Amino acid sequence: MSFFAAFRVALRALTRNLTRTFLTVLGIVIGVAAVIAMMAAGAGAREQIKAVFETMGTNMLVIRPQSDATTAVRGGEGSAASLTFADVDAIRTECAAVQYAAAVLQTRAQIGAEEANWNTQVTGTTPDFLTLRQWPAEIGKSLNEEHEQSSAKVVVLGQTVAWQLFGDGSPIGRVVRIKNTPFEVIGVLSKKGQAPNGQDYDDTVFIPLATYRTKIEGGLGDFLRGSIYVSASTPEQVMRAEGQVTALLRERHRTAPGAEDDFRVRNLAEFATAREQTTGTITTLLAAIAAVSLVVGGIGVMNIMMVSVVERTREIGIRMAVGARPIDLLVQFLVEALVLSGIGGLLGLGLGAIAADQLAKALGWISVFPTETALMAIGVASGVGIVFGLYPAIKASRLDPIVALRTET
Amino acid sequence: MNPKGDAQAGQPVIELAQVTRVYTMGDMELRALKGVDLVIERGESVAIMGTSGSGKSTMMNIIGCLDRPTTGSYRLLGDDVSRLSRSELAVVRGRRLGFVFQSFNLLSRTTALENVELPLIYAGVSGRERRRRAKAALERVGLGSRLDHRPSQLSGGQQQRVAIARAIVGEPEILLADEPTGNLDSQTSVEVMAMLQELVAQGITLVLVTHEPDIAEYLGRVVALKDGLISRDGKHTPISAQAALAKLAANAVDPHASARQGHA
Repeated sequence: MSFFAAFRVALRALTRNLTRTFLTVLGIVIGVAAVIAMMAAGAGAREQIKAVFETMGTNMLVIRPQSDATTAVRGGEGSAASLTFADVDAIRTECAAVQYAAAVLQTRAQIGAEEANWNTQVTGTTPDFLTLRQWPAEIGKSLNEEHEQSSAKVVVLGQTVAWQLFGDGSPIGRVVRIKNTPFEVIGVLSKKGQAPNGQDYDDTVFIPLATYRTKIEGGLGDFLRGSIYVSASTPEQVMRAEGQVTALLRERHRTAPGAEDDFRVRNLAEFATAREQTTGTITTLLAAIAAVSLVVGGIGVMNIMMVSVVERTREIGIRMAVGARPIDLLVQFLVEALVLSGIGGLLGLGLGAIAADQLAKALGWISVFPTETALMAIGVASGVGIVFGLYPAIKASRLDPIVALRTET
Repeated sequence: MNPKGDAQAGQPVIELAQVTRVYTMGDMELRALKGVDLVIERGESVAIMGTSGSGKSTMMNIIGCLDRPTTGSYRLLGDDVSRLSRSELAVVRGRRLGFVFQSFNLLSRTTALENVELPLIYAGVSGRERRRRAKAALERVGLGSRLDHRPSQLSGGQQQRVAIARAIVGEPEILLADEPTGNLDSQTSVEVMAMLQELVAQGITLVLVTHEPDIAEYLGRVVALKDGLISRDGKHTPISAQAALAKLAANAVDPHASARQGHA
């Protein structure tokens, strides 16, 4: 018997009891849909995390001074006076893989407008920082080189600060006071959202680095008590940039070979990769749980195929009497199980796609439809059909035609 | 195995030699056949008779390649089929044999045409040719106008004719009928026997199991079994089912004839 003939026989047998076929298929549908929805949700979450890290800048390196270990009381990381403002310029000009480098000095301070005041993070930095963070102004303008040169008393607000101080009103041109120094608001940055650790990126203000050094923190002269943010020219160049920066700083700081660095370089790409792996693990776990329902669906198929073989014992006997070989009956019942699970797989694919889309919408994730997963789910559904259809099919093929013909059904 | 039609003219169609069949159920041994010898020539029509438990069903199953002898040999059209595998037996059934059963054994919810096509599907005959041959077989049994009817839409006699069409569609040498008239009224029984006689006249070999002596009279040879052995084997001139039908028709045309006879 050809496969096509077996397929037709299977279709006819399945249309004979539509309710039962539907219920059997439903098990597979739910199983496949669950797997696809879970995988899609996982892929969406991963994309989401990737996007979050991209807003943070995955091609970014953060360099901080190492702990001050020379005194009896050790300070924390960044407490040593090892990095200099000259280092920043050296990194920018001498490291080939580096595109931008900016010194970042931060402190928490009260910032006051006429109507309200707010405690926030005040960051003094050069325009390069906002460029490498890909953080443009939404209204007004951002910091520029001129502000830096003239130590201008200007400030750019994060969205949270703008809202807290001015509400719906326009902050542009207004004056705010930071540590008793009046600053003119020249712009409000675009919304950056939440950091992976829950910190609000937008709860911050930026002022020129030169102004920060003179008005906010008198400080350490040439030494930089803060961070240097460096961006590699491409995300792929991050590792090379890290190497170049490390080598350059060791040379500039005259670190002896074998001695420890007096600074620390943090690489956000590694962090992002770790996060992605975590999500991947959770996705796999969810899919595994969903796969259990697929197996349950497969058992449903097996159950119905067993019933079908028993119900159609006489038909099997007739087919054997007129020349069907055991293998013909094996194929016939296998094809039937395959058709059942195949239809279930296709319907489950549709349902899973819809579920994944709705889930992504509800959770505000990026909607991703994983093609490989879809193909895999269909494949697995068919595999389930074959595996769980095999036993009933073997049972059918092993029936004794004499007994089968005598069966009353 | 010889290809179809290779069997020589003088060679027996069925040749059982010292065939036994022993069923083992736990410690119990049931000897259904105790060494049967039977030779059936081409074109014969043989009635196998016997009470239940005589071994006639067992013998029929072995002749029909649905079962294998425990010992002894069975040569079908010259080939020894007593040691073939289940799969090989299925092929032999499909090519050499046609079955007619007491309970028709048609696939329900399947049209007459598709029922008749069934053996050809397993013989590997492709779609159009299969339909053509199935249609021809149904026309041969006088059901050319009932191709799309399902078994439930047909009378018992018509269902048995569909079954006969299915049995002969593969043009087998041997037709095996197991109580083919058991579920039919006497008029329809005679009609079916007339059809089988016609097939015998066309050259088919017929082996028919029955417990009704009336039916056995339509066949040319009666083999009786008792306790797993052949107790009687005799040839006679069969009566014509056509003639019997004509007689029945005459009675039906003149219903008073039998009534008058009753009064006489």
